[in-house]
Parts: sequence; C-alpha cells; structure tokens
Amino acid sequence: MTEGAIYFLQLVISGIAVGSLYALVALGFVLIYKATDIMNFAHGEAMMVGAFVCYALVVAGIPFLWAVLMTTVIAMFFGLATERLILRPMIGEPQFAVVMVTIGLSIFLRSVSGIIFGHDNKIFPSQLSEQTLVLKGLVLSYTHLWAMLISGLMVILFFLFFRFSRVGLAMRGVANDQDTAMLMGISVKRVFALTWGLSFAIAAVAGIFLANVMVLNIAICLVAIKAFPAVILGGLESIPGAIVGGLVIGVLETLVGGYLDQTMPGVKDLTAFVVLFLVLMIRPYGLFGKKEIERV
Amino acid sequence: MLKVNNIQVVYNNVIMVLKGISLEVADGQVVALLGANAAGKTTTLKTICGILRFQNGELSEGDIEFKGRSIATHDPDAIVRMGICLVPEGRRVFSDLNVVENLWIGAHTRRDRDGAKQDLDMVMEYFPNLRRRYKQQAVLLSGGEQQMLAIGRALMSRPKLLMLDEPSLGLAPMLVKEIFDILRRINSEQKTSILLVEQNALVALKFAQYGYIMEGGKMVLDGPSESLLENDDVKEFYLGVSDDQERKSYAGVKHYKRRKRWLS
Ligand SMILES: Nc1ncnc2c1ncn2[C@@H]1O[C@H](COP(=O)(O)OP(=O)(O)O)[C@@H](O)[C@H]1O
Ligand SMILES: [Mg+2]
Repeated sequence: MTEGAIYFLQLVISGIAVGSLYALVALGFVLIYKATDIMNFAHGEAMMVGAFVCYALVVAGIPFLWAVLMTTVIAMFFGLATERLILRPMIGEPQFAVVMVTIGLSIFLRSVSGIIFGHDNKIFPSQLSEQTLVLKGLVLSYTHLWAMLISGLMVILFFLFFRFSRVGLAMRGVANDQDTAMLMGISVKRVFALTWGLSFAIAAVAGIFLANVMVLNIAICLVAIKAFPAVILGGLESIPGAIVGGLVIGVLETLVGGYLDQTMPGVKDLTAFVVLFLVLMIRPYGLFGKKEIERV
Repeated sequence: MLKVNNIQVVYNNVIMVLKGISLEVADGQVVALLGANAAGKTTTLKTICGILRFQNGELSEGDIEFKGRSIATHDPDAIVRMGICLVPEGRRVFSDLNVVENLWIGAHTRRDRDGAKQDLDMVMEYFPNLRRRYKQQAVLLSGGEQQMLAIGRALMSRPKLLMLDEPSLGLAPMLVKEIFDILRRINSEQKTSILLVEQNALVALKFAQYGYIMEGGKMVLDGPSESLLENDDVKEFYLGVSDDQERKSYAGVKHYKRRKRWLS
C-alpha cells in the first residue's frame, strides 16, 4: 500500500472507532426520544457522569473492566432515579417546560462534577491506553479497538433485547403507540423508567471510552452536541439511523481533521454541524426517518 | 360479571360526556352497546378498561365492578390481568411491529409462556390469514386483516370479557360477516363474554343477546335483542326500516334527517 492509502485507512479506522462511540451516544438519545418524546439535553452530562464515576473507581484501584461494569449498573440506577424524581413529576406539562428541566439538569450535573472532580484534564489510568497493534503498516491503538468492540457488543445486545425479550418488545410497543400499549397491560410508567435507565447506562459506557480516546474533563459532555447531528442524519426516531449517523459523523470528522486541520485549524469540529445543515436542507427526515416525522 | 353502575365521566374537568350510565354483562353473554356518533360509547369502554384518566378524563361518580370487585381505580394493566381486554376503535395495531410481535405484545401480562404459545396457535386457527402473514409488518395488512390482528392480540391476554369498539367500521360486508362468525365461535368455544360497540345496529343486535342504546351520554333504551329488533323507534332510527308511507310524508323527511344523524 502506498503511504497515502495507509494514511487514509488509518484515518477511516480511527474515525470508525470514534464514530462508534458517537453512535452509542446517539443511540441513548434516540431511545429516550422514541419512547417518551422527550429530547434529553442532559444526555451529554449523563455520559460525563459515567466517565467520572468510572475514573473514580479505577483510581480507587478497581480493575478497568470491572469498573466499567459497575459504572454501567450505577448509571442505570442514576437514570431510573432521574426519571422518577425529575421527569415523572413533569408528565402532562408542556414540552417546553420538560426541555427546560433537562437543560437545568445538565447545568446542575456539570457544576456538581466540576466541584467534585475539578476542571483540569485527567488522563484515564486504564490499562489499555498506551499499547498499539501494528498490522500491515496500520497502527491501531488498543483504545480504539476496545471502543469498537464494546460499541459493537452493546449494539448487538440491544438488538437482541429489542427483538427477543418481552420487555424489549413492550418498549417498542410503547414507542409505536403509547395508548394501545397501555391497553395491552403494559405499564408505560415502568417502560419510561427503564428507558431512562438503559439510556444512561449506554451513555456511561460511551463516556468512559470517549474519555479514554480523548481526555477526561467536564467538556466531554459537549460530545453529545456532536451526537445530535448524528441523530438528525439518522432520522431522529431510528435506532439503526443513530448508529449509521454516528459512524458517518465520526469518519467524516476524522478525515476532515486529517486532511484539512493543518491548513484550517479547528475545521474538524465544524464537520458535524456542516453535515447537520446539509441534512436539514436536503433530507430533513434523515437517512432512516419517516417523511412525516414532526419536527419540534 | 361486569356491572357498570351509574357512572359519570368528565373530560378536562368541564365537559360531562357520560351522565349516569349503567350496564351489565353476565358470564358468557354477548351485549351490544349502540348509539350515534359522540354518544359516549368509546368513552364508556375506555372508562371500563382504566385508560380514561390518561386521556384527560375522570370518573367523577359511580362505580365499575368486575367479578364482584370494584375496578374503578385500578390501573389498566391490573384490569387486563383481571381479564378485560379492549379491541380499540380503528384497530390500532402496532404498525412498526410484525404480526407475531403484535400478538406476543397482547400476552404481555401473562407469565405462563406455554399457555400463551397455545393461545398463539389458537389465534392462528381462528384467523388463518394471520398465519400466512406471520412475519409481515402490521402496517402492510389490509383493513380486515388488521381487525383480525387486533382481535387476536386481545385474545392473547386470555380475556374473560372481550370488548370491541366498532370492529365493522370500514370493512366490506363479506368481511364483517366473517369476523362476526369468528367472534361467535370465540364466544361459544372460549366462553368469552363480549361487550360490543357498533354503529351497525342490525349486525350487532343479530349477534348479541342483549342491547343497550345510548344517546348524548345517557342510556335511552335497553332490552333483549329480539325485542329491540321489534321496537319501532329502533327500527326507524337504527335499522333504517320504516313504513314507506311515512317516509313520503313531511314527518318522514324529518325522520330521515334524524336517522341520518343517528347513523352518521
Ligand atoms: N379525550 C377527550 N377529551 C375531550 N372530549 C372528548 C375526548 N374524547 C371524547 N370526547 C368527547 O366526548 C364525546 C363522546 O365521545 P365518544 O365516547 O368517542 O363517542 P362515541 O364513541 O359514541 O362516538 C364526544 O363529544 C367527544 O367529542
Ligand atoms: Mg367511538
């Protein structure tokens, strides 16, 4: 392979690695939107909290993968509590008020995390970070490989859960037609709570691996803003769309960074939003969305 | 087994839609609930299955008893578990799910997986069309097949009382007959009681043993189906069979207009 081709492949692979994490973030966001019609503007903060919790566990001496597992469970309970204490009392309130509450929650979580963990950059002390794997001239970092592996695994687990489990089916029913789901004896309250729990759990996993790929600080919650173009690109209500959207944004962004960032510093971070504008102009219902989707 | 006792229902805290409705369904009985548009039939069914308060409605007065216990404050899932299931107006199949997933969702409240599997087979027996379209997305089914799916989905909860809200709406007469034949079999073979809301009064009264007629949120008439079928008012306003002579007269025209209102 020529050097150019290797460089290109290298970029594509790290793009897929980062993109798979964007996909997880987008997936968690879509999950809540699809089931409850709420845009959770605290999604990035849920991700950040997950990353910080895992960081604290690892610093306390717990092996990385165990820490990830524990964080996922903790995040799940955190999601359940958020739904119970903050969102459920808002049932029946106008959409606008609910959005404001999630924004309030995001500010609250960011401030509290700042107070507890400080505002400086932290390097995640995981055992994965330093090593690399060289394969036919391609340099693959273990962090990237793990990110892809874990995201792939999560996506498969979710697919199986939604396709084959009773509760997963109930969740799809609620997302499809809430009133009728209720008629079939599905407790919509319980499904909402579970949705928040699952969404926060995926967000936490994404947050942990993003903190490994990048650095860990409060600003990591801004990644959720990049997941938003991924969600719109995928079609707002589509779970496969969120995954494809996340991957596309990740790859594009890395390519733009790799080829243009020297000449135009900072252009990398614009990529996602250029895509967002283009999608909204050309195909506002996204790649996988239904045409009649109502925009908020 | 079901006793609705003088219920009043208010929407949005102001609009009273049911103004004291009572009705009864005995074990294994088929009961028809008839009435013009906006009489409050759908509201009555929604009140029974407990979803009213999730749609800005409130049961302000009266009680609902099922098998001797009050269910007026129960959540919908508890009511399904007790054995009441509604086939909603407009079928409302889960359009994103396929046929068999729609049926499984009907069995959501059940713990006996083997029993549910048997019932899945039973539903497929009753509705062979559903077996043929097993894996197809529900949105792609025809209107009649969607109605069959909605009924099958309700059967999956093994209801003791099956409530149907205008199952004949928008279906060709052939299909309506087919569906009612199957409902008749379900009633006799599964001993399922049926509470049927219909605009199609003739079909409904031929199917049911007892009928109630409501208007503007009140019961105006009730009785065994045969006697309702013989009742002159019912004949005129619901069945569209009145004396030719009368129809030619001025009063007949007025009646015709009224009848159109009933049937609209
Ligand atoms: N969710 C609701 N909020 C306010 N009014 C309603 C609601 N649902 C029904 N209504 C009103 O209640 C009356 C009875 O409606 P409904 O029970 O659907 O009648 P039917 O099924 O006999 O046609 C109608 O006037 C209708 O406009
Ligand atoms: Mg109705």
